[in-house]
Amino acid sequence: MSAVFWKELADHLGSKRFVIFFFLILIVGGASTYLAAQALSGTQQGAEFIYLRLFTVSGGGLPSFLGFLAFFGPLIGVVLGFDAINSEFNRGTVSRVLAQPIYRDWWINGKFLAGITALAIAVASIILIIVGLGLYILGFPPDGAEISRTAMFFVISVVYLGFWLSLGILFSIVFRQTATSALASIAVWLFFTLFLYMLAGLVADQVAPIKPGVGADVFAKHESIRDLVLRFSPVALYEEATTAILIPNYRGLGIAALLQEVTIPTSPLPLGQSLLIVWPQLVGLVALTSVCFAISYVIFMRREIRST
Amino acid sequence: MPVVEARGLKKYYDGVVAVDGLDLVVEEGEIYGLLGPNGAGKTTTILILLGLTEPTAGEVRVLGYDPAREPLKVKRVTGYLPENLGFYDDLSARENLLYTAYLNRIPEREARKRVTEVLELVGLADVADRRVGTFSRGMKQRLGIADVLLKDPKFVILDEPTSGIDPEGAVQILDMIVRLRDERGMTILLSSHLLHQVQRICDRMGIIHQGKLVAQGTLGELGAVVEAGEMSFEVRTSRVDEGLLEALRGIEGVTAVEREGDLIRVRASADVRPHIARAVIESGADLLELKGHTYTLEEIYLRYFQG
Repeated sequence: MSAVFWKELADHLGSKRFVIFFFLILIVGGASTYLAAQALSGTQQGAEFIYLRLFTVSGGGLPSFLGFLAFFGPLIGVVLGFDAINSEFNRGTVSRVLAQPIYRDWWINGKFLAGITALAIAVASIILIIVGLGLYILGFPPDGAEISRTAMFFVISVVYLGFWLSLGILFSIVFRQTATSALASIAVWLFFTLFLYMLAGLVADQVAPIKPGVGADVFAKHESIRDLVLRFSPVALYEEATTAILIPNYRGLGIAALLQEVTIPTSPLPLGQSLLIVWPQLVGLVALTSVCFAISYVIFMRREIRST
Repeated sequence: MPVVEARGLKKYYDGVVAVDGLDLVVEEGEIYGLLGPNGAGKTTTILILLGLTEPTAGEVRVLGYDPAREPLKVKRVTGYLPENLGFYDDLSARENLLYTAYLNRIPEREARKRVTEVLELVGLADVADRRVGTFSRGMKQRLGIADVLLKDPKFVILDEPTSGIDPEGAVQILDMIVRLRDERGMTILLSSHLLHQVQRICDRMGIIHQGKLVAQGTLGELGAVVEAGEMSFEVRTSRVDEGLLEALRGIEGVTAVEREGDLIRVRASADVRPHIARAVIESGADLLELKGHTYTLEEIYLRYFQG
């Protein structure tokens, strides 16, 4: 399997599309972080979790780095996966490779692992560059809690991008044409990043319409229904999960938590407690990724290898 | 022990029959040609032999292993050149072969040595570091043979090795195949629809038609089969009586005479039309029609041999 892994990894890291998307995210992410740092630069050392706020604070009209990664990150994942299998069929390399003494699942596992590794390398280097930029602008190093939370943020991001990678691989198995699988992946991406948010609002408006004079309970219901619909989306799951990790004061989701925050003095939670709040979201993300990959795996193992 | 032993092989794709009760034996050290038109089931048979697809029914042994149960053991000693051969176009010839070598778990140093060797063998040593995307069809085919030789197989399967290649290139490839048998003692199974091209190098051939092996043997044996093959004639005369039927049965080579109304069907092992005509005239009847000669085997045979 290592032969497949190293070849695919080398292909990914050397491919033009990977380099293009890497620099796209690096530049946009770097710009938003720079503006965030500008906004934060008045803060003194000792202000809480300033490095984490580099990722979440938006400034100068640009969304935060977190927002960018949630929105554009899927594209990198999809781009690495959408032609994983069907391009091999189209090139006629399938029967040649599978005639070698390797198990068929080594091939798809190797491809998936190589994709994940390429994503991990990309995310890690972008995060490190941003932390380095922060170091330069802010002038003091991050503390232990910030480092561990950043590491957690890294892991969640890789799982999130891994979901999109496995979605791309799934489409590359289902569709024979690379163009079809690319378009299908982009359609799913648009659906989850844009349309589901509108849809969630619509559903919530229908079920619990907010009219003048309604009570707080209707507001709460409206919010909870909106959240319920949104949680079908890996984008929303990722945003919730990383928000809890990157904002230690974050207590929970929805309007109930907001109301509580007014009454309870807020102090940062330890990492373990933050993780506990978003544990369902994390499990959901991992499950989505695994299910997506498992489906690809099963379809691929049963696929007949015809030479034409 | 034969290299390939297949009995009653069947394969259905969504109800469509690709291979229908095929028996195949390939002996060690021979070049066996699997011949048949496109869609006859050649490639499917090959995929079953490699364990790339599972037979619906039947028994297969390749070098003593069952490809459906132990595909890795089969693939370790079997080289396969697919019909629509593809390489990674943006890698060089050497890099493509090195990837194959690593998939075969050949250690780095040994792999580099072998890649250089096989590239020299197929005459691609001077373009080894060029991108495969720039190669011609013939060069890719030779690179494919290098790819097959890399793991030093005992048994080589070549699917349509000469299709789409100019005659000169085809001759080069066929000569290369003969050298593999003579110099390396490899057993070779090749499939082709171009019988006139490959009959020269095959020790034995099998003609496959609609998923069945309809004839098998050396070139001479196949010829004999065709000569002894059955033909049938339809005879229409103005009058039919027992005397005429007896006369027809008396012709040398006729195996059966049947009457269907005013039509007489004659089966024979040779072309007996002149004798039939004479027998009809001598019986006093008029010969209205004499047609037929459905060469059950030769029909197929001719189609291949005249390419």
